[in-house]
Amino acid sequence: MTLNTNLDGTTLTIEIIGRLDTTTAPVLEEEITKSISGIKTLVLDFGQLEYISSAGLRVLLKSQKTMMKQGKMIIVNASETIREVFELTGFMDILTLG
Amino acid sequence: MEKMRFNAETINLNEVLAFIDSKLEANDCPMKTQMQIDVAAEEIFVNVAHYSYHPEIGIVEVCVEFEENPRRVFVTFIDSGRPFNPLEKPDPDVTLSAEEREIGGLGIYMVKKTMDDVIYEFSDGQNHLTMVKNL
Repeated sequence: MTLNTNLDGTTLTIEIIGRLDTTTAPVLEEEITKSISGIKTLVLDFGQLEYISSAGLRVLLKSQKTMMKQGKMIIVNASETIREVFELTGFMDILTLG
Repeated sequence: MEKMRFNAETINLNEVLAFIDSKLEANDCPMKTQMQIDVAAEEIFVNVAHYSYHPEIGIVEVCVEFEENPRRVFVTFIDSGRPFNPLEKPDPDVTLSAEEREIGGLGIYMVKKTMDDVIYEFSDGQNHLTMVKNL
């Protein structure tokens, strides 16, 4: 997994390339924890995300909870397969997809 | 039946999935189904890695078997750790809001939802967890 981050004022965009699984999810979690202070909008770009397991979902839920207190979190470019995982787990109602 | 043994450690996750994927690809498994099986296999393998032998490290055997009429795949994880049936874990309430949702409990739920059948058996001192997916 590779992360590309871009900070524009109080908007932080993180592009996630590859797989978000048990071994890589902690890397994203650490990146978000490290960079989230003062951020009003967190954009997660899933355009090149190939795979997400429950370890990845846990990071999304945790980030969503944090961002609800200080702004918002938006997921963009999620593929059909990733959306199906969100549907199945009820995450479609929790997350904001742009 | 194709079998491979791994140390039950999360660092071996990619190797476990690569082994399963190679068998699925060789049998023309659709991409979407492959991802569902990968997600489910990850949950089961990580469960064994985290709980079965903890704090020791043991072996998990992964078996992949295909069947015709109906065409389906069986992926089985066998370990000799403590008896543990992950299917007994209560399902999370997937209708709750983000504030109410708890972090965790999703993995096994996803396995149950995406696989056509999941069978747990403790026999000969071993945990056998089999996931069945129609192809």
